[in-house]
Amino acid sequence: MEFALITFLNGLGYGFLLFMLSSGLTLIYSMMGVPNFAHASFYMLGAYVAYSIAGVLGFWPALLIAPVVVGVAGALVEHYGLRIVHRYGHVPELLFTFGLSYLVVELVQLVWGRSPVPYRIPPSLDGTLFTLYSTAFPVYRGFMLLVATSMLAAIWLLLRHTRIGLTIQAALTHPQMAEALGHNVPRVFMLVFGGGCALAALAGVIGGNAFVTEPGMAASVGSIIFVVVVVGGLGSLAGAFITSILIGLMQTFAVALDYSAAGLLAALGIAAPAAGPLAPVLRLTLAQVAPVLPYLLLVAMLIVRPKGLMGKREG
Amino acid sequence: MKRSLLPWLCFALALLAAPLVFPQSGSLSLLSQMGTMVLLCLSYNMLLGEGGMLSFGHAVYSGLGAFGAIHLMNRIGDGSLPFAFPITLVPLAGGVVGALCGVAFGYLTTRRAGTTFSMITLGLVELVSACALMFPELFGGEGGISGNRVVGEPVLGISYGPQLQVYYLIAAWLLVCAIAIHAIRHTPLGRILNAVRDNPERAAFIGYDPQRVRYLALILSAFFAGVSGGLSAINFEIVSAEYVGALRSGAILLFTFIGGAAYFYGPIIGGVVGVLFASLLSAYTQAWQFYLGAFFILIVMCLPGGLAKLVDDLARVLRARAMDAGLARLLAGRAAAGTLLLGGVVLATEMAYQLSLGSLADSGEGMAPVRLFGLDFDVHSVAAWGLSAALCAAGVAAIARWRAPWSAAWSRAWKRVEAAEQAGRESGAP
Repeated sequence: MEFALITFLNGLGYGFLLFMLSSGLTLIYSMMGVPNFAHASFYMLGAYVAYSIAGVLGFWPALLIAPVVVGVAGALVEHYGLRIVHRYGHVPELLFTFGLSYLVVELVQLVWGRSPVPYRIPPSLDGTLFTLYSTAFPVYRGFMLLVATSMLAAIWLLLRHTRIGLTIQAALTHPQMAEALGHNVPRVFMLVFGGGCALAALAGVIGGNAFVTEPGMAASVGSIIFVVVVVGGLGSLAGAFITSILIGLMQTFAVALDYSAAGLLAALGIAAPAAGPLAPVLRLTLAQVAPVLPYLLLVAMLIVRPKGLMGKREG
Repeated sequence: MKRSLLPWLCFALALLAAPLVFPQSGSLSLLSQMGTMVLLCLSYNMLLGEGGMLSFGHAVYSGLGAFGAIHLMNRIGDGSLPFAFPITLVPLAGGVVGALCGVAFGYLTTRRAGTTFSMITLGLVELVSACALMFPELFGGEGGISGNRVVGEPVLGISYGPQLQVYYLIAAWLLVCAIAIHAIRHTPLGRILNAVRDNPERAAFIGYDPQRVRYLALILSAFFAGVSGGLSAINFEIVSAEYVGALRSGAILLFTFIGGAAYFYGPIIGGVVGVLFASLLSAYTQAWQFYLGAFFILIVMCLPGGLAKLVDDLARVLRARAMDAGLARLLAGRAAAGTLLLGGVVLATEMAYQLSLGSLADSGEGMAPVRLFGLDFDVHSVAAWGLSAALCAAGVAAIARWRAPWSAAWSRAWKRVEAAEQAGRESGAP
């Protein structure tokens, strides 16, 4: 019970972090029809910029400033890069963001070096929030959950209940009509792109010190967020939310469980083959399989329901 | 018929003569790498150029083909095969393994098209490379699996001990596969693949299932990728999990696009340029990945047709005799301005890398100067940074100055090209 609750909370934290990343990606995807392959790079930039700001001003200003800085950078990328490539079609747009992800990694290594930087949890958030039975739940995990939930609520309120949100939704689904009604659609696109990058950066600010801030951090989440977007259904925020939580819980539980198929067979009283082609597969524990679980989920989803959990259209 | 044969003869001659022109052992191994990379890019372009499928996981097929080939070589080596299998045919086995993987993975990936296909291939490459580390018995874990290509009795004196023999093996396979890939373009499958790329709804309407066409194309492309993987297994005699990884997949995509996906010979240019980038440039500078990324973005933004488009445009202008003195002068001016800009950017980049990453080596004291074009530049001197800025400014200013005259001269020349080609078609056609 204790194990299940703590693992559940940890999985929820990781899932919320994934959602912060993929919500921005989902918005950008439904806007351009093109996945932003540099999205995880903006997550990494968020962590590094926050590390630099936190060294001078402290963590709390960094939490506010870093997403703004990265969001502005994202808006500039949209204005001076993507908009120019846009007229050549979708593939060059996609390739542009792909090339950008190469450049950002090099840039980060150039500015901050090739080894991990000591970006730490602030002392004010270092400690135990509550103790469940005998396991301590850190304050920072609770803080991550809080930030992610308030961000989720803020996006929802913004998109559903404000005039800006209505304009954004109109520009996403019917750009020509929105333009004809006098809205500056290119500027809306720039805002959404910058906003999506800022969301990714916010995830980086609070994820960078919970995990580790190093030049490989973009590559480590880069593919998982695409799994989230595809499995959740293209362009569906609700689908992305459900899938993020699902993957977060699945991976956190799998890492903590040390069961294998061979063990299951032994429990059923069947002797597993010690050698032969199947033996290595049967010996694998759930903990070892954990890193590939999101991709297996992707494969399973493609077989069962190719348009994704909440998807409405075929890609 | 004669005109279509001529380029192939030139290609074969170039493959034959390359080791005679560059006989050093270093350049020989570079040529071998280029051969495998060119074949990989050609197979990739069956998806990207012909089918409009932007895959991020092409290295999976070539890598698994390479693993199949190295296991086969080891079986040949320890004599556990019941029949004789010459090393010359090992790439074929790699191709079969690649195609089988194409059958398995392609069924999943080609269910969706467009950008979704790209995202799914990205997930696939992560899945396969994570699995490769999970089964060390089959994939050798971090260290990889090593083999030996000098096994069995030499056939006709060919033992594959000397690198030259390996090069000619690669060249022969490259030529055969390139001809096959070119031939596939003109089969009904190749034509329908183009139709599916351009308008899947209409292709479906006339009775072809786009999903099935894409699936078949992917299997064929995976076969040639597997051949290329088998060749690199013979060449390097070691295959590691990096072979199936995302980095290598990304490199294939970058090289093919830099070369030009719309032309058959684009991937050939791309493979050669890419290996030069990855092998030669990485020996000279730490910043080669930065240059590769920047070059790629430059191509995407300014020359979406790739280097092959540049070659093709120039060839058409020359053939139509539209290259007059004014255009040539402007072209030379632009090239000079581009060189100035490049010099400035390279100088700044090298100094920045030295400042940031060179300091790790000697802890900031007495930092080694940047050595470029036989000159030493002190990374702390204002003069060196000023020079770089001046070069960049001069280059940008010159390009901006000649922009209007250039586009006027170019469109004039292009009108003449079109007129000449129109006249050629009318006189050529009965």
